[in-house]
Amino acid sequence: MEKKTVLETRDLTKKYDGTTVVDRLNLHVAENEVFGLLGPNGAGKTTTILMLLGLTEPASGSARVFGFDSTREPLKVKRLTGYLPERLGFYDNLTARQNLRFIAWLNNMGDEEAERQIDHVLEAVGLAEKADTAVRKLSRGMKQRLGIADVLVKKPRLAILDEPTAGLDPEGINQILDLIAGLPKMDTTVVMCSHRLYEVQRICHSIAILAEGKLIVEGDLDALGRDALAGGRYRIEVETDGASPQLVEVIGQISGVINVEAAGNFLHVTTDSDLRAAISKAVVNSGVALIQMKVQEFSLDDIYKKYFQEG
Amino acid sequence: MITIIRKELADYFTSIRCFILFLLVVVASAVALYAAQQGIRVANTESGFIFMGLFTVGETMSLANFIALLVPVIGIALGFDAINNERSTGTLNRILSQPIYRDSVINGKFLAGMITLAIMIFAAMLLVAGYGLRMIGVPPGAEEIIRLFIYFVAVVIYGAFWMGLAILFSILSRSLAISLLCPLAIWILLGIPVSVFNPYIEFIVPAISNSMGTALMLLRISPYWLFAESTTALLDPLFKGMGMFTSDMTGMLLLRPLSLDQSLLVVWPQLTALICLTVICFAVSYVVFMRQEIRAT
Repeated sequence: MEKKTVLETRDLTKKYDGTTVVDRLNLHVAENEVFGLLGPNGAGKTTTILMLLGLTEPASGSARVFGFDSTREPLKVKRLTGYLPERLGFYDNLTARQNLRFIAWLNNMGDEEAERQIDHVLEAVGLAEKADTAVRKLSRGMKQRLGIADVLVKKPRLAILDEPTAGLDPEGINQILDLIAGLPKMDTTVVMCSHRLYEVQRICHSIAILAEGKLIVEGDLDALGRDALAGGRYRIEVETDGASPQLVEVIGQISGVINVEAAGNFLHVTTDSDLRAAISKAVVNSGVALIQMKVQEFSLDDIYKKYFQEG
Repeated sequence: MITIIRKELADYFTSIRCFILFLLVVVASAVALYAAQQGIRVANTESGFIFMGLFTVGETMSLANFIALLVPVIGIALGFDAINNERSTGTLNRILSQPIYRDSVINGKFLAGMITLAIMIFAAMLLVAGYGLRMIGVPPGAEEIIRLFIYFVAVVIYGAFWMGLAILFSILSRSLAISLLCPLAIWILLGIPVSVFNPYIEFIVPAISNSMGTALMLLRISPYWLFAESTTALLDPLFKGMGMFTSDMTGMLLLRPLSLDQSLLVVWPQLTALICLTVICFAVSYVVFMRQEIRAT
């Protein structure tokens, strides 16, 4: 069954003083996935987010979040959506708990529910023992984690995170990424902006790449990876204990195999689909021992490079 | 919006800024009380409003003078960083991404400021009234209490005007220094006695400086003057209005206090104009804030 779309933009356009910052953007985010929004600085990511939340009015086009128009019904959108701004700010003189309590109150949470939820999210981001410390005494990384807590305290159905791991140490990054990756299970869809490609690759299911306000590519991460690497095909690397020309021929005859290249004990097989089972059978049948076989991995770098070289 | 008011009030009451302002108010009340003590015996008490003398009598500065001086400062101090401080620390974005109407932010801030201002002024007046009562031993009459209450309301409105002005600048300018200095500059400019400008006005349009009425009309654009006139009339029942009598006529006026409703009638236009200025100030801030873009910077 097709997943429900929670976020959709239609020809979303924004102009600042005559310059087009976001240009006819069409995005689709399915329910309970982690969606990565990528692009160089100034590509219009933050502006897009602001329009999604109804904080900025689009010049034309529309954005719908959970079926609510962001411009006309911003309150309904904001009730369901948590937003972590890129430059997040807290009231420095208040404690972590007081800051979160203010947000909880603004979301019309009852006192008891708010306290429970605050304890819960502070625990989740690892700030439980800092709950009653004034925010100005927290480190940059702690503030970032408090920012995540701040988004989660209202129990959002959609979390929009702008650079959620900025300023964190590697351990903190992992912690936060794990947390974000776990959100879809709690019925929260995530839209995340990041420059760190490996992070996006690690947790995102789909991505969109923006450049100069235009959508360069959007889609499923695995599909895009294969696309960038081998023109949409699988590249399977097969290691045997001694490749023979016959084996190359046999594998070449499997339906769906497009090309086989031998390089020492390695065979690089290009296929239309994941034919690992068929290939392994062929190798074993030919009397050669199969040492290992894997679908060649792509990195998001490849995708990114591909589109930016072409663009 | 209640949440925002609550938070702003908590902020105000725990801030050093407010502590200093409160201190200033207490010191001013003490000084004014001392001045009143010195002057009240020799003061003209023919009007029979002795208690109110506590607020108006003073060799150099009475409490009313002090308040007229302090209230703009308090209003500006409470409002000058209302919006741009939140903007620069990044909290404005965070609040606005919550399910609240944008106007409740500015309404909440304005109301919280008004409440703080009202508490300060009320405290100062109660302080003077309480100690004054001990000092002179004359209880206030009902009319005096009503007059003082209306005076209190006028002071709060006057303060709200300056606060509104400061908030307006805090919306327009991202720099704290500018949003503090602009309203202060306006305050000082309006506070300069008009006589300083007389030669220039005379030079430009000779006709108007001779006419008392026109001069008054020009004066009455300034909230400073409107406030001065309305409080004088409220606190001094002998005051019968400006510009209605020439100087040779004043000698012929009866030294009889006006009744409350007559005093009110004298200052009604001034009070209305003051409220109007405050509302305009707030409305402009409101519209500017609602239309302002939350930009991705």
